[in-house]
Amino acid sequence: MEAQYFKKLWWNIILATLSFSVIPLFVLGVVIYQQFSFSYTAKITDNLKTLVENRCSAVDLFFEERLSQLISLANTHTLERLADEDYLNKVFNIIQTRSKSFLDLGVIDQEGNHLAYVGPYYNILKDVNYKNEDWFGAVMSTGTYISDVFMGFRKIPHFIIAVMVREKNRVWILRATIDSDILENLVRAAQLGKKGDAFIINRENILQTAPRFSGKLLEHPNTPNFAAATGTQVEELPIEGVDNLFATSVIKNKKWVLVVREDPKEQLTPLLRARFLAGLIGLGGVLLIVIGAVFTTRSMMKELMEMERKKAVSDEISIQSSKLAALGKMAAGIAHEINNPLAVIGEKAGWLKDLLAMEDISHSPHFQEFADAVHKIEYHIVRAKTVTHRLLGFARRMEPVAEKVNVNAVMDEAIDFLENEARYRSIDIQTDYIPNLPLTLSDPAQLQQVFLNILNNAIDAIGKDGEILIKTKYIAKNNEIAVTIHDNGPGIPKEMLDKIFDPFFTTKEVGKGTGLGLSISYGIVEKLGGRIMVASEEGQGTTFTIYLPIRD
Amino acid sequence: MDKFRVLVVDDELDFLETIVKRLKTRKIDVTGVDSGVKALSLLNDQDFDVVILDVKMPGLDGIDTLREMKKKKPLVEVIMLTGHASVESGIQGMQLGAFDYVMKPVALDELLEKMRQAYERKLISEGKA
Repeated sequence: MEAQYFKKLWWNIILATLSFSVIPLFVLGVVIYQQFSFSYTAKITDNLKTLVENRCSAVDLFFEERLSQLISLANTHTLERLADEDYLNKVFNIIQTRSKSFLDLGVIDQEGNHLAYVGPYYNILKDVNYKNEDWFGAVMSTGTYISDVFMGFRKIPHFIIAVMVREKNRVWILRATIDSDILENLVRAAQLGKKGDAFIINRENILQTAPRFSGKLLEHPNTPNFAAATGTQVEELPIEGVDNLFATSVIKNKKWVLVVREDPKEQLTPLLRARFLAGLIGLGGVLLIVIGAVFTTRSMMKELMEMERKKAVSDEISIQSSKLAALGKMAAGIAHEINNPLAVIGEKAGWLKDLLAMEDISHSPHFQEFADAVHKIEYHIVRAKTVTHRLLGFARRMEPVAEKVNVNAVMDEAIDFLENEARYRSIDIQTDYIPNLPLTLSDPAQLQQVFLNILNNAIDAIGKDGEILIKTKYIAKNNEIAVTIHDNGPGIPKEMLDKIFDPFFTTKEVGKGTGLGLSISYGIVEKLGGRIMVASEEGQGTTFTIYLPIRD
Repeated sequence: MDKFRVLVVDDELDFLETIVKRLKTRKIDVTGVDSGVKALSLLNDQDFDVVILDVKMPGLDGIDTLREMKKKKPLVEVIMLTGHASVESGIQGMQLGAFDYVMKPVALDELLEKMRQAYERKLISEGKA
């Protein structure tokens, strides 16, 4: 029950300590991580937004430049001039020296006929009529046009920038082709890290540039459909169960959508590392707290148990002494009540004796009988007196006192108490006292209790047939008295030897011993300023030695 | 040794009667009374050398009687007699000037010896006085 109580207390202390230290640690960690995560994510989103807007502007700028180049060219020349292929070639070469953006250049009349062409596909394209092409209709109606990427007659992905020119009563078109590689180069700058991707889709969600991972040119990408996007957006969407960060922005000139795709894991690596580190430190902290709590609690419990034990012993001593005090009072009462009639009997017997001596009774035939009877009465009065006086002595001793004590005499009294018991069990009690043992200031009753406890144990240990040897010595060096009580019983096993003074330790059957005799004795001797030692060898017997200081 | 005068005070009449008889047969001038009050009034009229005083008596007990006696006759020697082993009353008695403290039952020879010692002391104190 006691162990259970301590176990429960142990758990209570541990749990309280842990919750009061771990919970704040945990909350601190979570809050800091949340804050860090929040600001870091915000930063990444911002970066991504800037990147995608940046790329869009670059593409837009590219389109603007090409468009204005074409518009300038078309509006500063007459159709005749540009229809001259030699001249057109010259102009094309000048443009190409500054930038290789254009793949070819062509002049087309309002009927869709290719009037002049400069570029690598001369043979395929020179005689083509564009009248039925989509872009032709579009440029005729809007004036300028940028196409989606398509294969066209040449079967190579490209797109067109065309400008319509009204010249007096006729209309013609200056058309340039741009390799989609150029667009891809512009977009590729946004393909970050190992898993980042960037591509352009048109309003039909068809890829205008070749992405790294997300599909093939002129097909649908394997990402969600962003074709309807407006403005700039960053969102996190799953693809096949894996989260991806998508940033989208619209290219103004074409209403295309630039999509930048990121692996959040790659972007968030520092955040994940922070999380891991925070977790590790937190775990370490918890571990330290647990170890600390366990150690502190253990030492606390040890202290507590020690206190509990000491309390048990002192409680037991006080119970014992109050019991004995009550017993003493009773003994004194009985002794007193018996002493008075005993005194009367004594006096009467004495009077009879006096009379026997005075009168002439000596000649009576029964004189000897009278004398014997009176003598016997006196003898037994003395005997009864011894008992009552001993009872009174016992009663007196129950009160704690400090008086000059002859340890030999105290021991003799203790032996007196146990002599009968020893005789029944044929145990021989031998004494070897040093004569003239110095007196010491002590409590004879308590001392006697110690002797009684040890002698009792010795008798119990022997059981039947044995010997107890009691010696007293004076040790001048330490100015102390040593009392050794040796029995030739079975001895105490080594592993029990250091436990025998512990409270509630007993080798006797349940109910026979309280396990307190020796611990009380230990407490008493300690209180009297002495110490008590035990030596034992299995099969050889046990020797208790009590050292008492000599005090005046 | 001179004959000396003894007063025995004890409420136990059987005891009182017998001890008086026995002391008388030993040629001791002895008087017995059964209460402290009687002892004190007797002490007004008569001189005694030694008083044997029971401690536990109804009415005026041994200790109070002793105190009063010592006021009246400081030189009278008192031997306390009791069936009770109360150390306190013994010590108290001695502090109040009793000569000794004897526990009942006591052998008459022993008591006689104590009485003689008490008488000797009285003689010595009187000699000094």
